[in-house]
Amino acid sequence: MRIFKSRAVRAITTAVAVGLIATGCSSDRDGGDAKGGDKDTFVFAGAGDPGSLDPALASDGETFRVTRQAFEALLEHEPGGSKLVGGLAEKWSSDEAGKVWTFNLRQNVKFHDGEAFNAAAVCANYDYWFNWKGTYQSSAVSYYWQTIMGGFAKNEDPETPKPNYKSCTAKDDNTAVIEVNEPSANLPGGFSLQALAIHSPKALKEYAKQDASAKGDAITYPKYSQEAGTVAGTGPYKITKWNKGNKEVSLTRFDDYWGAKAKVKNLVFRTISTEETRRQALQAGDIDGYDLVAPADVTTLEKEGYEVPTRDVFNIFYIGMSQSANPALKKPEVRQAITHAIDRENLVNTQLPEGGKVATQFMPDTVAGYSDKVKTYPFDTAKAKDLLKQAGEEKLSIDFCYPTEVTRPYMPAPQDMFELMKADLEKAGITIKPKAMKWAPDYLDATEAGSCALHMLGWTGDFNDGYNFIGTWFAGPDKQWGFKDQKVFDAVNAASKITDPAGRTEAYKKANEAIAEYVPGVPISSSPPAIAFAKNVNPPKVSPLTQENFAEVSFK
Amino acid sequence: MLRLVVRRLLQLIPTLLGLSVLLFLWLNRLPGGPATAILGERATEAEVARINRALGLDEPVHVQYWRFLKRIFELDLGTSTQTGQPVWDEFTRAFPATVELSLAAILIAVVVGIPMGYLAAKHRGGWLDVASVSGSLLGICIPVFFLAVLLRGIFSVQLQWFPSQGRLDSGINATDVTGFAVLDGLLTGEFDASWNAIMHLILPAVALSSIPLAVIVRMTRASVLEVLGEDYIRTAESKGLDKKTVRGRHVLRNALLPVITAVGLLTGSLLSGAVLTESVFDFGGLGSFIRTAIDGRDYPVLVGFILFIAMVYVLINLLVDLAYSIIDPRVRVH
Amino acid sequence: MTILTNKADKIDRLAELTQSSEAVTGTSLWREAFRRMRSSKMAIIGAVIIGAFVLVAIIGPWVAPHGPTAQNWRSEVFPNQGKFVGMRGENWFGLDHLGRDMFSRWLVGARQTLLVGVVSMLIGLIVGALVGVLSGAAATLGGKAGQRVDTVIMRFTDIMLSLPSLLLAVSIAAVLGQSLTTVMIAVGVVQIPIFARLLRGSMLVQGGADYVLAAKAVGIRRKRIVLTQILPNSLSPVIVQATLSLATAIIEAAALSYLGLGNPDPAIPEWGVMLSQAQRFFDNEPMMAAYPAVGIIITALGFTLLGEAMREALDPKLRG
Repeated sequence: MRIFKSRAVRAITTAVAVGLIATGCSSDRDGGDAKGGDKDTFVFAGAGDPGSLDPALASDGETFRVTRQAFEALLEHEPGGSKLVGGLAEKWSSDEAGKVWTFNLRQNVKFHDGEAFNAAAVCANYDYWFNWKGTYQSSAVSYYWQTIMGGFAKNEDPETPKPNYKSCTAKDDNTAVIEVNEPSANLPGGFSLQALAIHSPKALKEYAKQDASAKGDAITYPKYSQEAGTVAGTGPYKITKWNKGNKEVSLTRFDDYWGAKAKVKNLVFRTISTEETRRQALQAGDIDGYDLVAPADVTTLEKEGYEVPTRDVFNIFYIGMSQSANPALKKPEVRQAITHAIDRENLVNTQLPEGGKVATQFMPDTVAGYSDKVKTYPFDTAKAKDLLKQAGEEKLSIDFCYPTEVTRPYMPAPQDMFELMKADLEKAGITIKPKAMKWAPDYLDATEAGSCALHMLGWTGDFNDGYNFIGTWFAGPDKQWGFKDQKVFDAVNAASKITDPAGRTEAYKKANEAIAEYVPGVPISSSPPAIAFAKNVNPPKVSPLTQENFAEVSFK
Repeated sequence: MLRLVVRRLLQLIPTLLGLSVLLFLWLNRLPGGPATAILGERATEAEVARINRALGLDEPVHVQYWRFLKRIFELDLGTSTQTGQPVWDEFTRAFPATVELSLAAILIAVVVGIPMGYLAAKHRGGWLDVASVSGSLLGICIPVFFLAVLLRGIFSVQLQWFPSQGRLDSGINATDVTGFAVLDGLLTGEFDASWNAIMHLILPAVALSSIPLAVIVRMTRASVLEVLGEDYIRTAESKGLDKKTVRGRHVLRNALLPVITAVGLLTGSLLSGAVLTESVFDFGGLGSFIRTAIDGRDYPVLVGFILFIAMVYVLINLLVDLAYSIIDPRVRVH
Repeated sequence: MTILTNKADKIDRLAELTQSSEAVTGTSLWREAFRRMRSSKMAIIGAVIIGAFVLVAIIGPWVAPHGPTAQNWRSEVFPNQGKFVGMRGENWFGLDHLGRDMFSRWLVGARQTLLVGVVSMLIGLIVGALVGVLSGAAATLGGKAGQRVDTVIMRFTDIMLSLPSLLLAVSIAAVLGQSLTTVMIAVGVVQIPIFARLLRGSMLVQGGADYVLAAKAVGIRRKRIVLTQILPNSLSPVIVQATLSLATAIIEAAALSYLGLGNPDPAIPEWGVMLSQAQRFFDNEPMMAAYPAVGIIITALGFTLLGEAMREALDPKLRG
């Protein structure tokens, strides 16, 4: 027994000792560099890993959040707003037809690798993208280029869109001229996208030596985009390390930046996938800020003294109706009844963060083209029942899909929102068959294919143009909606062809009114996404487009 | 013994091959493909078709399977459809994390569980017995994800004793040598990093250890009780040997044998719990790795991974059998 | 998750317990076991818990004061501001995040929880038993060919045991689509190899028992031996395992809900669903998570205690 006893005692002592040391260490954690006065590292948590360090290869917000600190595009949005302002181009203009775009470039701008920024550099970028081949032509890699500029110099797949990009010329060192074949609703907004941010020509040459490949079953991203060292932009921070094991991208202040220098020396983006964990990491002092805050946490965190600014709304959440999935939806009365049946006020009041708005049309009121004169369908259960009776659909039974395990900026609590709306619809006498699916790919597949009669989806705008919202859904027949209404399609397309901004805005208003008349689905709400910071942080200006500039961050 | 090893290893080949065919067919029945997972809200039919063509997913199943098999033999696990990273890279990043976490959990379970089980058996029927058995049973009955969240809420958010997530603090200078964060720090002399990694390890390991702890307590208890009832113990005691010596020398030594076996097998079986624990603590191990693969319909990753697990399991079984026959010559392995 | 997953050893050990019936007949074994269980604290606590749980599950829906799915008070709770309603006269357990009566949901949820547990356990038991009996019968009575069949089946169940149960469940849910049935199948399938191995093991033990050899010698047909002699005597470990499996099934179902794979209609109360929903508001209203959590933990504990007590009572080596 003695042997054992002594061993057991030793084991217990060790355990206790570990516990004690742990306690001792806790004071270290509080007093040490985690909360010190002049901290030089700012740690911010996002929900997902970036896909690549080259924004041109990406189409997701997590990647852009990181690259935005290191890369700048020709145009930018005003800090904290959605208005286009000069970025690397100080001024820009287009010809009458919207086909020739002239950019007057900022001077004395340097890339992270020491190269000088000039018109030749701009053209090197656009020509590099235009001449992409092979796997780069897959929309999984070059989604935004294809959305804004169409296809490539030599399209390899018959289904790749026609190229809209024509040429880029360096008129002189500080003037770049980009020509396109057809005027597009996506310009000039598209010039502000991170995916079209300007890289150093020296880095581009390195990029060109490597290749993305689609060997085997997947796309392999080129090596330069997966580790720091090659990529070089002009932003206030440069990317220094991507530690994939620890899920962190580290950036350091770029001292030769042309504008206001970054206030904190080191910036770290860390991935923490669940919102609970992000909140607790902030409360535990492990991070200095995080994005995608659950609405329930906003008040809690504010009460505890954290900085939780909410952004202006720039998204739309809607109930989509797939007419092909349930023929009853072809009757306008049924679609109107569903719209009347849903208590959107209650949903906004109980589910969305402060500043959330009830939607009347398929774009938020912050987008040019929002109309005050659209037909509205206020909450009215009795009227909904009436309309169903008129349509002869009193016993309507319908599938309602919702996604699991996901939150989107426009949809902070999908399951709860689903339950509220389901109860509303049931009150109007509709039988709901709930269908839960994993967000990706099941749910997105099903909604895309039009197999969910009712479903919840939404959109966050890329830039301030109405087409970026309604053009996504109503420019032509789409399986998701399953209807053909030439009046709606014409109204939307007419707007996108007008180059004069004021005229275009008017036309978008008309389009919104036509859509509201037809009721293809139910626009529910616009939600202001919140972002949280530690108590000792001076947060940056928050942007409706979620384009925060972390160079503005400082510690109190 | 050598014949046994060779035979078992030879048996492994048809088993794995058969399993891989079954898996491939099964996984191909999963609805949806990697394309939608890549594109998100932006997916359209044409885009999806283009991506599938680029990835060769429009080819018949047997062609895809053959390609998969060829790659396995070339020791190339392919590329994840979700991240565009070589699977091997991702795997070697995730694997050490899970191994580290599992070992820590087992360590806690053994250090706490064996003394507890022994004491319970010694005081069979007493309050200590009831308390330790019910306590350990309680450990099984708390859903792991709930326990993990509870632990973090108390020890990380309220008391701020431990970090709330991840494997290392940001800003810790750690050189990556083996991928095992604790070991790396020791190898490179960055003891700060090691210590930091240990602190990050404790909460998830405690949460994960709840089930193995319970199993070990009960096994030790049952095993000690059984040995206490054996004739040779009675003989030893009736011979007038010191009771303490008997218990220390004979009881424990004999009782621990099955417990050791169980520990070996338990270590392999921690993965289910690891999926949940890692997802609560964002630990970045195999649990998260495999969930991303399922969500993204990453067939090659899934098949490769399951084959790997099956292989490890068979090997662990073999090792346990071998160890057994070495420790206890009475056991003859067939 | 599953306590016994991958623990082939433990299952085999349990299977060996039937050896005792060589000496005593089935009834007296059980009578003896029952006598010993009556004096076991574990068994009594377990039985009391299970009794209470089953009672709640049966009468719950009738005594619930409010409709479990009615969002009667939805204008009083504001999850977006962290404002909830706790215990009060009208709502004993307070309101949930959508303004429903928690007490009613808890009561009605017990039945759903029991249903999920029992059905998934039965799926595992029935399919597992078929596989196990087939394999065991082939091994004991099928000669060389039978032994080969047995080997193939057992290799397969071994591999099923080796796969992480949750991974199996998640992929089943992905193929079959999300529904309550899927949850039950997914949780049940995980139990199949356990029961299969168990029944096979105990049949092998029985197959070598004296009375079976005697029956063989007398010339009784093989099928008859299996059905009348071996199978009935192999049942006691199965009952023990079934009790333990109920606990596992309830916890595993809760884990599936946590991973977003539960019942697609979250309005229907079930403890696992309620817990994973309430967990998001844990900081604001911890009690909302506490009720379903306590329900799950206590119930699982009840089944585990009773199962363990039964195991102990049936184990001849632990007697005395």
